Amino acid sequence: MKRYSIFSLARNALSRHEDWPAAWRSPEPKTAYDAIIVGGGGHGLATAYYLAKEHGLKNIAVLEKGWLGGGNTGRNTTIVRSNYLWDESAAIYEHALKLWEGLSQELNYNTMFSQRGVMNLAHNLHDLRELNRRVNAIRLNGIDSEILTPRQVKEFCPIVDISPDLRFPVMGASLQRRGGNARHDAVAWGYARAADARGVDIIQTCEVTGILREGDRVIGVETTRGTIRAPKIGVVVAGHASVLAAMAGLRLPIQSHPLQALVSEPIKPVIDTVVMSNAVHGYVSQSDKGELVIGAGIDAYHSYAQRGSLDIIEENVKAICELFPIFRRLRLMRHWAGIVDTSPDASPIIGKTPVRGLYLNCGWGTGGFKATPGSGHVFAHTIARDEPHPIAAPFALDRFATGALIDEHGAAAVAH
Amino acid sequence: MLHIPCPWCGARDQQEFSYGGEAHIARPENPAGASDEAWADYLFMRANTKGVFLERWRHVHGCGRWFNAVRDTVSHAILAVYAMGERPPAELDTGSKRVSG
Ligand SMILES: Cc1cc2nc3c(=O)[nH]c(=O)nc-3n(C[C@H](O)[C@H](O)[C@H](O)COP(=O)(O)OP(=O)(O)OC[C@H]3O[C@@H](n4cnc5c(N)ncnc54)[C@H](O)[C@@H]3O)c2cc1C
Ligand SMILES: [Zn+2]
Repeated sequence: MKRYSIFSLARNALSRHEDWPAAWRSPEPKTAYDAIIVGGGGHGLATAYYLAKEHGLKNIAVLEKGWLGGGNTGRNTTIVRSNYLWDESAAIYEHALKLWEGLSQELNYNTMFSQRGVMNLAHNLHDLRELNRRVNAIRLNGIDSEILTPRQVKEFCPIVDISPDLRFPVMGASLQRRGGNARHDAVAWGYARAADARGVDIIQTCEVTGILREGDRVIGVETTRGTIRAPKIGVVVAGHASVLAAMAGLRLPIQSHPLQALVSEPIKPVIDTVVMSNAVHGYVSQSDKGELVIGAGIDAYHSYAQRGSLDIIEENVKAICELFPIFRRLRLMRHWAGIVDTSPDASPIIGKTPVRGLYLNCGWGTGGFKATPGSGHVFAHTIARDEPHPIAAPFALDRFATGALIDEHGAAAVAH
Repeated sequence: MLHIPCPWCGARDQQEFSYGGEAHIARPENPAGASDEAWADYLFMRANTKGVFLERWRHVHGCGRWFNAVRDTVSHAILAVYAMGERPPAELDTGSKRVSG
């Protein structure tokens, strides 16, 4: 891997930036690997990277049906935070946040991780009590989180309207200062480049169409580019989790929904943090290009169409314009949807399956981008050792039968 | 925006409806005797079909009634609607494993 640095930048400037090497190879698929990761989103690529780096696996492939990060990784609004209610969630999201804090160095790739703070607004007494309870629980887990008064909200983010006669007045907020944003594509590309440098074959436009079993164990996959054999297969396909599981004869507690987002025309810097509101179903941050990045809750119906209905956008924009009157005259530039894999308790499913050698990582729903490094890290461990990483263990599929659910609807249903 | 044909009121905007998820999921016949796995299957496991899917809607802001629909989850086309307790038109019946109301 050619390292990126101020010197390589200067050297390449001399050749008009025409000689930069490709960031990763695009090899033909081999007929067999030691491990196959299905899905070239951030989670899949991170898994492959940590498999190669920390577990010494040499012969790994990532199979992606489209292009790297073209799924939810490249469609998400990039909020990163670890302020979840339960201990199990705190452990995995904080594990991820700590990895984020060193990720650009680790990958030698600028993920543009920006700890600009994530603020969650309260609009009624119930919201406020709920935020207080949550902040206390989060702090008991040693994670930074604090409560702000309306005046402190205004100081932290001056463009929020805190006048008391609003339909949804701002009565306070919680703030995680270590939260923030990152560049979505860069995370996929950075992991891809670093994994490739460790010998991982990254194979795009290669759709998995079947999972091959021999008795109770997995032996490979059918793909649009031929049969590829492997004794270990990790499936990390977000909204398509149920489709892949069905290929192995499994049913999952997953439902796929559209989740929409939109961006405004680019404007001068106006908001230097992330503001979310569960009650009004909206959140906003500003990208480095100047676009406001705005998101909402899911569409209620099931879909694989990567588009949603307009009523969601209408409600969302209404709420945002009330909270931020300054945005009222902005034009919207683009709007899109990704297909998110929601689970019954709004927590992910990570671990082994009833089919030996087949591992599953899904159910991140509306909020898995923030978990990308942590998810890949614990999933790699789970695959390499055929036993769940301690942080991943509570997220096993069998919790839906044992009843040990990890209900994070308060932290993850609308907030992403 | 979906345009949904309520069997009683005719085609209306999706905003008048609420979604009820997968259709034809039967409660265990003998609840007290059902295993944890059977309960998990009933409560949580779903087909989540990509393609032709049997699902429920309720016309909350209209007649208030529940009905079933056959919808393609890739194109969003609504292929048929039919009453609770009925099966879809035979050519669209994807044959859910568990049959009930
Ligand atoms: C609009 C929107 C906003 C969001 N906002 C946030 C946010 O602010 N913060 C946050 O933390 N999370 C957010 N999320 C959620 C987040 O995007 C996801 O949880 C996360 O990116 C999932 O990553 P992944 O790598 O598992 O999935 P993906 O990036 O979707 O990768 C899965 C890959 O699998 C591939 N695949 C599918 N089927 C096959 C097959 N048969 N063969 C081969 N490959 C296949 C797909 O093409 C895809 O590239 C948001 C999501 C959306 C849609
Ligand atoms: Zn009606």
